[in-house]
Amino acid sequence: MADSGATAPKPSSSVKLVLLGEAAVGKSSLVMRFVNNDFQENKEPTIGAAFLTQKCNLPTRTIKFEIWDTAGQERFASLAPMYYRNAQAALVVYDITKPTSLTKAQHWVAELQRQASPGIVIALVGNKADLASDDSPVTNDESDADAAGTTEGDEEVAESEENENANARKVPTKTAKGYADEESLLFFETSAKTGQNVAEVFTAIANAIPETSLKGPRGVGGNTNLGGSRPEDTSRVNLTGGQDPAGAKEGCAC
Amino acid sequence: MATEQTSDAAQEAHKSITSEDPNSPLPTDGTDDNDALQSTSEPVLDVSRENTPPPLPPRPRQRPDDIQHGSKTLAVPVRGARPHLQSKATTALSLQDVHTQSESRRNSYSAHVSRKRSIISLRKGRSRSGSEVDDVASIKSYAPTLGVGADVESILGEVLKNQETGLRSLSEHFALSQQQDVLFPADPEFEEAYLHEFDSLTDVESDNMNEDAVLQQWKLKLKHFMILSSAGKPIYSRHGDDRLISHYIGVIQTIISFYQDAEDGLRGFTANDTRFVILSKGPLNLVAISRLSESDSQLRSQLEALYMQILSTLTLPSMERMFSNRPSTDLRRPLEGTETLISALADGFTRGSPSTLLSALECLKLRKSHRQVINNTLLKTRSPNLLYGLIVASGKLVSVVRPKKHSLHPGDLHLIFNMLFEAGSVRAGGGETWVPLCLPGFNNTGYLYMYVSFLRAEDDKLEEISERPDISSEQDEVAIILISANKESFFELKQMRDDLVSQLAKNRSLSHINSAIKSGRPSCTDIVPGTPLRHFLYKSRGNVQFTMPSFAPHISSDLDRRRLISLYHDLSASIHAKPTTLKVHHNVGVHCISLAWATSFFELYCVAPGTTSRIALTQAANKIVEWVRREEERVFIIGGAVF
Ligand SMILES: Nc1nc2c(ncn2[C@@H]2O[C@H](COP(=O)(O)OP(=O)(O)OP(=O)(O)O)[C@@H](O)[C@H]2O)c(=O)[nH]1
Ligand SMILES: [Mg+2]
Repeated sequence: MADSGATAPKPSSSVKLVLLGEAAVGKSSLVMRFVNNDFQENKEPTIGAAFLTQKCNLPTRTIKFEIWDTAGQERFASLAPMYYRNAQAALVVYDITKPTSLTKAQHWVAELQRQASPGIVIALVGNKADLASDDSPVTNDESDADAAGTTEGDEEVAESEENENANARKVPTKTAKGYADEESLLFFETSAKTGQNVAEVFTAIANAIPETSLKGPRGVGGNTNLGGSRPEDTSRVNLTGGQDPAGAKEGCAC
Repeated sequence: MATEQTSDAAQEAHKSITSEDPNSPLPTDGTDDNDALQSTSEPVLDVSRENTPPPLPPRPRQRPDDIQHGSKTLAVPVRGARPHLQSKATTALSLQDVHTQSESRRNSYSAHVSRKRSIISLRKGRSRSGSEVDDVASIKSYAPTLGVGADVESILGEVLKNQETGLRSLSEHFALSQQQDVLFPADPEFEEAYLHEFDSLTDVESDNMNEDAVLQQWKLKLKHFMILSSAGKPIYSRHGDDRLISHYIGVIQTIISFYQDAEDGLRGFTANDTRFVILSKGPLNLVAISRLSESDSQLRSQLEALYMQILSTLTLPSMERMFSNRPSTDLRRPLEGTETLISALADGFTRGSPSTLLSALECLKLRKSHRQVINNTLLKTRSPNLLYGLIVASGKLVSVVRPKKHSLHPGDLHLIFNMLFEAGSVRAGGGETWVPLCLPGFNNTGYLYMYVSFLRAEDDKLEEISERPDISSEQDEVAIILISANKESFFELKQMRDDLVSQLAKNRSLSHINSAIKSGRPSCTDIVPGTPLRHFLYKSRGNVQFTMPSFAPHISSDLDRRRLISLYHDLSASIHAKPTTLKVHHNVGVHCISLAWATSFFELYCVAPGTTSRIALTQAANKIVEWVRREEERVFIIGGAVF
């Protein structure tokens, strides 16, 4: 618990991260892009949950993500607490072409805020951005938190646009961004298909995890609990304030 | 319409076969060793008489007709233990049914259906007590796979000549020179249908203009599986969506409910060359509609497997609760996402599955000493919360570790294999997976948790089987499956897996497994040089396992595979149909000659070209039995790692 690794030149620490979100929004695809830099067109639904790891190199330290990619299908919902209980970070994913998936994401955020570790870093992620053909696409070059307009309101616009061929987007960026800001969440629009913003999400999370809650990599044995032990004395982080946009460019090892 | 009582009668029938003739080797095999039957050596993979230990949910006892084929276990039950068995005894035979004497397949279908019916009517009375005890029960685990004794009479006992009318097609499709090698007559109509069997239907256009054409596609399917609630709500259909087939669902529901109140519900009926079989399971009716000439019990066992898949998702109590709270429950919601698993099972049956036909498992062929090392490694690395541990390679079992008190149920194993290898969702994950699932053969009331890891190149030097893109090679991956009743034990089991894999790498077991995968199944002529046999299935009843040669080079297409399996289905039905002393059944056709041979130790089915004489076939069969006896501890897991 004490080894926050501050002594070594480039200390490495592990971060437990959980992905939540409605079925088929692209959670597994995001993880696969992050871990293997790969994408599958017709990915089969996750059964149960998959556990993967991936390292992410930051300027001052190496973060090893221990990722729980959970199944979005309703029948697995009751198992979710087992995975987020000790998580330090959560990616709550929705599909920008499917408004109900944002509603579901909001439910997950509320549940995490109620039940997960108080210091948990939450990122709201709108996936399948490649399906949108907006005037203001979110690109790799801008940190999303800054890129997306900060104007709020106008949430009804979401359902008004029905021209599917031209633009499959059903959730306007500002709707989701507005919500994310209210709840102090990190916010990104991503495409697992093109890779757009995927590494950025994970890097931003790595940067947002407070040093104090970091500990060394999992020791072998003895860990009989899905989430490992919970870091103590972490307080809620103010994501909008403390985030360094440049951090997002620090590529992960993917 | 005939209603039927089947499986108990089948068990009865089989019991009488084996109890009257306990051992029946082919004559060329002379050893006399009846003691094997009485051997009291320690049971292998047994079912214990003791009760479930506290951390695990208790296993409810099931009446034999609750789970029929479903209740075979890897275990060999011990005589006298019956009433306390936690899972039903291994009953390889309950799978098979009483009816068919089907010497030919599709052509004579209606004939054989009517014959079926008459046989059925003879054995309508069921004897539940009888079905509780079957012959397998008396076999000890170390029972040799070879039966011994002499029953020369039976060898040539029954010859059923099948004068196939397929002559017409003989020359149509094959050059004369190839005829020797053609095991199955050309049947363009069947070929065409089979070719499109797994295609999905065209979408019905919004104006419904093409609806008739789509329905026509639907009707051409050789096999349908449907699942309805007893209130008539559609739950699953392999082909066609609700809108397209609602009319047919309605008809089926009407027919079923017409008989539902009768003491003896409708079990099946025939229309032209199509057989309908219905399995009622509490709030569900499962329906198989087949033009593949499968026997009722074979179809029923397939439906049982689909039912087990549903229980595996929901557990029995929660499904029952849903229906008792709301009889009109739409089960598709809680089953969301498992359609692919159900369809993968269903398509496996349509393609033909020796494992399901025999209700037995196939093991990776390994040297005894190599398997022993693996077993010991499993035992050594076993973690406290482990219930079952499996090593699986290319869809075959390599080794099992399990508690003395709990056997492993072949039906459960089939569900696991289906999830891992057919449906692909777990394997595709790329990481380690933690899956809650109910193994209904073990306990249909609660969930277990399954840790799955597919080994990658870096785990050993498994270069050949790492991340190759095509599907067939994914089948070759080695998977570690660790099952626990404790849902929090993921990291514990992950640790066990890491220890296990590093030790298996160190003691060279991984490379032994790897080379066994690479060498694949031996061909018939590898096994017996010069044998006329083209293929065979050998099931060891005591071990509830089977072995078979490669399909190549003689059975090359999917279609031929299906036809081979159909032939095995017929043979199996025939040999289990005979109430008394039949142990050998010859089937002589123009294109192929086949033989089924059952003793209390094994079942053997083999196929040779039509030009082979019966004597030669018999000799070849004997050679196979000799080979299995020599290789027994390589082709079968005998014992496994028990703690
Ligand atoms: N166009 C596009 N398709 C995507 C993207 N991400 C995922 N998909 C597709 O969406 C489908 C679902 O993706 P998954 O990654 O399986 O979704 P999931 O959230 O893991 O689903 P569950 O495991 O059932 O919860 C697949 O067919 C993917 O190919 C994306 O960024 N763009
Ligand atoms: Mg997924």
